[in-house]
Amino acid sequence: MESIQKKQDQIIEEFNFFQDWSEKYQYLIDLGKTLPEFDQNNKIDSNLIKGCQSKVWLNSSFNDNIIIFEADSDAIISKGIISLLVKVFSGHKPEEILEANIDFIEKIGLDSHLSQTRANGLLSMIKQIKIYAIAYQAKQ
Amino acid sequence: MIDVYKIRKDFPILSKKINNTDLIYLDNAATSQTPIQVIDAISDYYKNYNSNIHRGLHSLSVDATNKFEETRLKVKEHFGIAHTHEIIFTSGTTHGINIISSGLEKMISSKDELIVSEMEHHSNIVPWQMLCEKTGSKLKVIPIKDDGTLNIDEYKSLLTPNVKFVFINHVSNTLGIVNPIKEIIDLAHSNKSQVLVDGAQGAAHFKINLSELDVDYYVASAHKLCGPTGVGFLYGKSDLLNSLPPYQGGGEMISNVTFNKTEYADLPHKFEAGTPNIAGVIAFGSALDYMNSIGFDNIESYEKTLLDYATESLKKITNLKIYGDIEEKISVISFNVGNHHPSDIGSILDQFGIAVRTGQHCTQPIMDRFNIPGTVRASFSFYNTKSEIDLFVDAVKKASKMLG
Repeated sequence: MESIQKKQDQIIEEFNFFQDWSEKYQYLIDLGKTLPEFDQNNKIDSNLIKGCQSKVWLNSSFNDNIIIFEADSDAIISKGIISLLVKVFSGHKPEEILEANIDFIEKIGLDSHLSQTRANGLLSMIKQIKIYAIAYQAKQ
Repeated sequence: MIDVYKIRKDFPILSKKINNTDLIYLDNAATSQTPIQVIDAISDYYKNYNSNIHRGLHSLSVDATNKFEETRLKVKEHFGIAHTHEIIFTSGTTHGINIISSGLEKMISSKDELIVSEMEHHSNIVPWQMLCEKTGSKLKVIPIKDDGTLNIDEYKSLLTPNVKFVFINHVSNTLGIVNPIKEIIDLAHSNKSQVLVDGAQGAAHFKINLSELDVDYYVASAHKLCGPTGVGFLYGKSDLLNSLPPYQGGGEMISNVTFNKTEYADLPHKFEAGTPNIAGVIAFGSALDYMNSIGFDNIESYEKTLLDYATESLKKITNLKIYGDIEEKISVISFNVGNHHPSDIGSILDQFGIAVRTGQHCTQPIMDRFNIPGTVRASFSFYNTKSEIDLFVDAVKKASKMLG
């Protein structure tokens, strides 16, 4: 498994090819559409991330000291954004997630395209990922 | 007639660029933009006569008080109100509703019933739910029909002898539908029920006469009428306002204070404790002047033209569904395109510099009624143009195509 930093760098490199916002959005939309099927049984309120205008569910499982994230949303752009986060954080140890310096959102210029409401939603997503990591670390 | 390009020059914000394109502001139902005349009124107050009102004998205070009270007079004339003391300045519609709901706490019993409608803004639901919790009274709901209009037959059957109050909006903030408010009030009165009308959405789009309506309470916000935020007014018939206890204790609302007993001031001061938003109230007066200088008949007919044009253009988009597409409505269009989430459409429109509102618009019961997560809401004002609507409709098409 590549490191969290390596995966972030790959995303930054990919976004560098895009000329304008519409290409970035189109990429997120396509990414959202290809996100693996989410188990409908996990679409429960306790998996909902608070602070998003659309519904975003984040589920996690912990095996062999590795956290696997899966996510879904009823809005496609949110789904694209969360699938970037799943790509970066899923398959890592809790301490790797907690130690990671998350810089790709700013570097791909996504934050400047998000309204305050949306940016708060994105922060809530990252916060939830870290909360899972803290919880699993405590379990070890 | 409206010279829209001349009017637009009065609004500095309309020449702003968003994402390197011209701002197209179609979120007027949330708040209207502010003309330079109103902005100047605010800065004129702070530059020239900033002073507390009703207290000082000095010239500045007299100037400020006079200007402040001038707005009360303007509100009286504009809204056809019998007496200035029936007008209470508030921080906005929500504040006005809460003055009444808190005042009714000791006047409502567990036998009483209250009526709201399914299309109310949360501000006209939650305070009444809180009142019901405190008093044990019951909240009944007028349902809406598939076309978004109120089911008046159901309303008639809900109007039983125990109904003390009906709380209803004049215009739905989400659907733009104009309710048959006179009929609703008359039916309530023949049942000996009082009516509070939430005028937040209606007041900006057509002129109304509260005396003719014979409404018991009416609330509205200045910021929907080209005025500043944080200002609104509550109208109440004087005998009703006199029977209510004060909302807040403090300065200005008293006539005599001793440690044995405090006597409250007469209307309207009884409900205006503390230093009000003086600059805001004065600027609200300027906003009413501004809108009246354009003329509400002109505003109404021009906005109708915009509404019809936008409705017709949007309907040509495949799979686009408008909620509340009826004749009696103001220039608000709530819609969805296929199964696309409204926030996806809204996010893409924002990239085109187009401001619309997406989501539930503080009316979750309407969304539940239509079983949708929300809508995209475009709301037009007299300073919007047909070419803006063309760009907006084009952007909706592009967004829909991007989302696939």
